[in-house]
Amino acid sequence: MSMSLRDKLMGLYSAFVYAFLYVPIIIVIIFSFNESRTLGQFTGFSLKWYQVLLGDKVVWVAFYNSLNVAVITTLVSLFLGTLAAYGMVRLDIGGKGAIDSLLYVPIIIPEIAEALSLLLFYKFSGYDLGWLTVLLGHIAFDISFVYVVVRARLAGFDRSLEEASLTLGANEVQTFLKITLPLSMPGIIAAALIAFTLSFDDFIKTAFTTGPGFQTLPLIIWSQSARGGVGPELNALTTVIMAISMTIAYIYAKLTMEKQ
Amino acid sequence: MEMMEKAEYITSEVEDMVVLRNIVKRFGKVVASDHVNIEIKRNEFFSLLGPSGSGKTTLLRIIAGLEKPDEGVVILEGKDVTNLPPYKRNIGMVFQHLALFPHMTVFENIAYGLRLRKFPEDEIKKRVYDALELVKMPHEMFAERKPSQLSGGQQQRVAIARALVTQPAVLLLDEPLGALDLKIRQHMMLELKRIQRTVGTTFVYVTHDQGEALVMSDRIAVIHEGRVEQVGTPYEVYEKPRTKFVANFIGEANFFEGVLRNGAVETSFGVVKVVSDIQSGKKVVVSLRPERIRVGKTAEGADNKFEGKIREIVYKGDVLIVMVALDDTEVKVNVPATHPEARKLREGEAIRIGWDSGDEAGVFELEAE
Repeated sequence: MSMSLRDKLMGLYSAFVYAFLYVPIIIVIIFSFNESRTLGQFTGFSLKWYQVLLGDKVVWVAFYNSLNVAVITTLVSLFLGTLAAYGMVRLDIGGKGAIDSLLYVPIIIPEIAEALSLLLFYKFSGYDLGWLTVLLGHIAFDISFVYVVVRARLAGFDRSLEEASLTLGANEVQTFLKITLPLSMPGIIAAALIAFTLSFDDFIKTAFTTGPGFQTLPLIIWSQSARGGVGPELNALTTVIMAISMTIAYIYAKLTMEKQ
Repeated sequence: MEMMEKAEYITSEVEDMVVLRNIVKRFGKVVASDHVNIEIKRNEFFSLLGPSGSGKTTLLRIIAGLEKPDEGVVILEGKDVTNLPPYKRNIGMVFQHLALFPHMTVFENIAYGLRLRKFPEDEIKKRVYDALELVKMPHEMFAERKPSQLSGGQQQRVAIARALVTQPAVLLLDEPLGALDLKIRQHMMLELKRIQRTVGTTFVYVTHDQGEALVMSDRIAVIHEGRVEQVGTPYEVYEKPRTKFVANFIGEANFFEGVLRNGAVETSFGVVKVVSDIQSGKKVVVSLRPERIRVGKTAEGADNKFEGKIREIVYKGDVLIVMVALDDTEVKVNVPATHPEARKLREGEAIRIGWDSGDEAGVFELEAE
């Protein structure tokens, strides 16, 4: 039962890949609990950087901004993306293929191109950059992700369930609310989680489209580290953001597992 | 109030519950319904029978309002409903794959139509329990289960209860037994018939299974390529098929082609005497059921007698299926196991077969090619 050389090399290679991916993250997490300010030397466990974080008004404002944008983006793109998906699956309209392709574009093109095009658009139309321009940018691109996820769910939907509802006396709106929507919920929740995470973590688009005075968490982290201030407070902040994202990923995985 | 009662009284006098008048439905180039005329009576168990793709389900969906006909009129209880959506028609429907709502319990599924009609909660409870009782599902055991926790047969019963609980004028059933295995299917056939007798609702039943249609129906419409080939009782469509398609699709039949002259058809293996009022000199096809053919001594004295050779015998317990070669024509004969000569039949040996003129299921004119 000894492993062949090939298997051993394969195992070693895999270990390196995982190490490369996760060691930096783990280090960030560990050092967010470090007592001393020096990086690379763990002198004792402490929550003091989290306390510093809690006392930092700039961080709190940025956190509120991130949350504000992410929540509104999620709600609006969920509504519009779901309507688009429902319409594309159910309605018999011309040019479906073209509309479908257009809705996929934001997923495919590089984010830097999205960001630049948004910025140019805002400049041309004379918008003042800030909360609204960041929000609109997030919504415009998250609609596509919601659309793709909800559409997949609706495409696998047994149409006769809706027809059964109609024959039992429910009109189209009642049928949508009582049958289609509840049964599409796993897809819609998954879409919501994806939209929220994408918006909450977004850096490039936000950096391009924000104006003076409006900062989100990723922007704070970037500006602080760019100034050479990679300190333990930043480790703590990153750990908090990771915790939020991973909780959402966990809920998402849990929901998709239950479906099966 | 008086007006209402009067209106209801008039409605209940309508003899035809469902009338399809000149229905045409096209899907692209395919004509799914080709000028269909059907009248379905009150309290009738009516089957739409045809092979898959014949357009029988389309007709059912047109009655339900799930499809709109391109031409023609749909009348329910004497009222033109052609342009009404399903939820404004007084119908119930059982779908092919049942379409029970997976996120609701059995109780909620059945209560769905009643809640939409704003019945008071205690009335809903009573009606749901009555409906479960009708389909023999004790509510103590089943009401709170989810559809996924039921067997195929039980899901079937819930689907029927859900469709009947609102007391529709017509219950539409789209091959609901298709997904069940043979034993349960046979049982459910009798159950459906019992339920229909109990509630007295008009049933319109779509199936491709001639056995189901013959067992359950008061009348059958045989559908072929979007057209109605024949409407009749099971006896009529089996014993007196009006077209070759019906003779072939319902039950089994041997077909002999030939030219009709003076009450006899000149076939490749000999002259077959028939009863027919088709004009002499026409090319026709004779259909003959395997169980109508007699063998051995019992064939003596028949109008049509032939000497053949047994090519194959298939033993089926109650009956022997004997394939007999008459020259180059193969004839299928059903010999009852109780026939005195049944045990003496051997493959490769000679056999005498015979039948009377008039025993044939029908003589059909062949269209000129």
